[in-house]
Amino acid sequence: MPDGAEPVLDVRGLKTIFRTRGGEIHAVNSVSFHLRPGELLGVVGESGSGKSVTMMSLIGLLPSPPAEVRAGEVLLGGRDLLKLSPRDLQAVRGAKVGFVFQDPMTSLNPVFNVGNQIMEPLIKHMGMTKAQAETRAAELLALVGIPDAKKRLKSYPHQFSGGMRQRVMIAIALACDPDVLIADEPTTALDVTIQAQIIELIKELRQKLGMAIVWITHDLGVIAGIADRVMVMYGGQVVEQAPVRALFANPQHPYTRALLKTVPSLTGERAARLEVIEGQPPLLSGVPVACPFRARCAHAHDRCDAENPVRRAVDGKPVGQGHDVACHWSPEVANG
Amino acid sequence: MLSFTIRRLLAAIPTLLLISLVIFLLVDLAPGSPLSDIPLTVPPEVRQKMLAAMGADQPVMVRYVLWLKQFFWIEPLYGIDALFGTDFAQGAQRIISWQSKVPVFQIIGERLPQTLTVVGTAYLIGVLIALPIGIYSAYRQYSWFDQAGTFFAMAGFSVPTFFTGNILILIFAVNLGWFPTIYDTNLTVTDWASMKAMLLQMALPVTVLALFNAAEISRYTRSSVLENLGQDYVRTARAKGMGEGKVLLKHVLRNSLIPVVTVIALGLPTVFGGAIVTEQIFKINGIGAALIGAINVSDLPTVQTITFIFAVLIVMFNLIADILYGILDPRIRYD
Repeated sequence: MPDGAEPVLDVRGLKTIFRTRGGEIHAVNSVSFHLRPGELLGVVGESGSGKSVTMMSLIGLLPSPPAEVRAGEVLLGGRDLLKLSPRDLQAVRGAKVGFVFQDPMTSLNPVFNVGNQIMEPLIKHMGMTKAQAETRAAELLALVGIPDAKKRLKSYPHQFSGGMRQRVMIAIALACDPDVLIADEPTTALDVTIQAQIIELIKELRQKLGMAIVWITHDLGVIAGIADRVMVMYGGQVVEQAPVRALFANPQHPYTRALLKTVPSLTGERAARLEVIEGQPPLLSGVPVACPFRARCAHAHDRCDAENPVRRAVDGKPVGQGHDVACHWSPEVANG
Repeated sequence: MLSFTIRRLLAAIPTLLLISLVIFLLVDLAPGSPLSDIPLTVPPEVRQKMLAAMGADQPVMVRYVLWLKQFFWIEPLYGIDALFGTDFAQGAQRIISWQSKVPVFQIIGERLPQTLTVVGTAYLIGVLIALPIGIYSAYRQYSWFDQAGTFFAMAGFSVPTFFTGNILILIFAVNLGWFPTIYDTNLTVTDWASMKAMLLQMALPVTVLALFNAAEISRYTRSSVLENLGQDYVRTARAKGMGEGKVLLKHVLRNSLIPVVTVIALGLPTVFGGAIVTEQIFKINGIGAALIGAINVSDLPTVQTITFIFAVLIVMFNLIADILYGILDPRIRYD
């Protein structure tokens, strides 16, 4: 590893399909990425690009059937999670990998108080007694910035606001001090000021606890502010991957470039209309044999129809370590 | 919660008064006379005296107010007297059946145990088998277990009890001779032999009613569990590393039970009334049979009293369902 540290999470060639009446949907196609200790990896892409499905495949959270993880390796602490028995995988979920979901209004169980829900993983994974778990749960609530934590343990989810519920979700995800936190659009369902608070909270917790984070989002602005590295997904594939500065300074893939253009700017001349990417995301039925973006790509040529591009390095470092892109076209060649 | 319960109990009073009035007037409107059984050769003036002796010649509102007083004041006093050996009632006039000329509450007291043993047991068994079937059917949706469960539920729910009852009697009592065809009300359990006889005679009616109840409740349970299995909090529970047993029997079940509890609680009053048909088929001398008998001979006080007791039960179990709702779901705690 160039940065010296072994990755905490190393995903290689992950393929997930959904069996449907209309045939197989290739939702995740040969996705590879890794996560170094303490690193924050941003995953961007539009709805249906396979971001969430990829992350849920890692720890067996997809309902099977219809989902099936067909190939790949998910190495966490030297073990391949895809080869673990369901029982062993349960011991990983919540203990080594914490999950925060998009909608805090529905992600908590409405009929149990939040204390109960935070204590559950503590009792199961850390072998704590009820009393110990209660003390720890109060600490966790205080850690995520909920005042009067001890008293609030007895409160039910409906007695919290959306932002507070997301804080509770974060407390649950961090309860067992996981190596990896997967945050699946944790701020999408919240209003803007609350979004900023949650982002600040996760930044702060990352400094304190040092876990690695995968942050799935639509919001490139958020990614620019917090991520170390960015992975852009399209049509179930990784189309570009780079350190955050390199990606924003020198986007390679036409999709990434288009995505960056859609971000409205506060400074400079106000464009008449917001930029959009014309066309629809692809249907992922059948084994992908062509570039998934070709139908919407301004630079598409014959090769894009015939061959699905593989990731190639842009900056000379090995694929995955530096800046890489999966595209037959390159701006350098185009610009001469 | 306590103030809610008290408020609901107070609100039940006008409801019950209105129900009692409607029942009283409706039953009174029904054609027929308490003297239909008396031979036509009895002269009219004697008939008039007989009516006067029963109080049936009074205007309907007078009878209603009198009945109210008897139901809510005198009969409870008799109840207290019977329990504690006191003498509050002092021989006041009770609600008397026109047919048998004994107090209606005495008839109820004789008939209720029969109904409770058979129909109550059937309901309990029905609930106990319906819940696991419903939960497992939903968890393994479209599995062969679910398909079989769906089939039996549809069959149990759509085939009326008088049909299944007769079929079971034909097969198991007449052809195979395993069970008696008629329920012997006089049988009391004193030893193992009579215990066995009791269980044998209970088997068929309990099966018929349990099947019917289980069919309905298992369908409600299944659809409620199915709905909850797709919720986000289930994914959260799995993401926390909870085992499937805990996910299903703690997180999903508690949420799924909320609507099911209402169905179970509101179905309970039918234990007393709804089993009328089954009681007829198996010749169980229960409260349903008493009601049918009273209707047939225009025994108005008995019909009015038993019907009103059913109404009280329904209002009461409504209240119980609401309270259970509040206990199961913190979002609708009434305080």
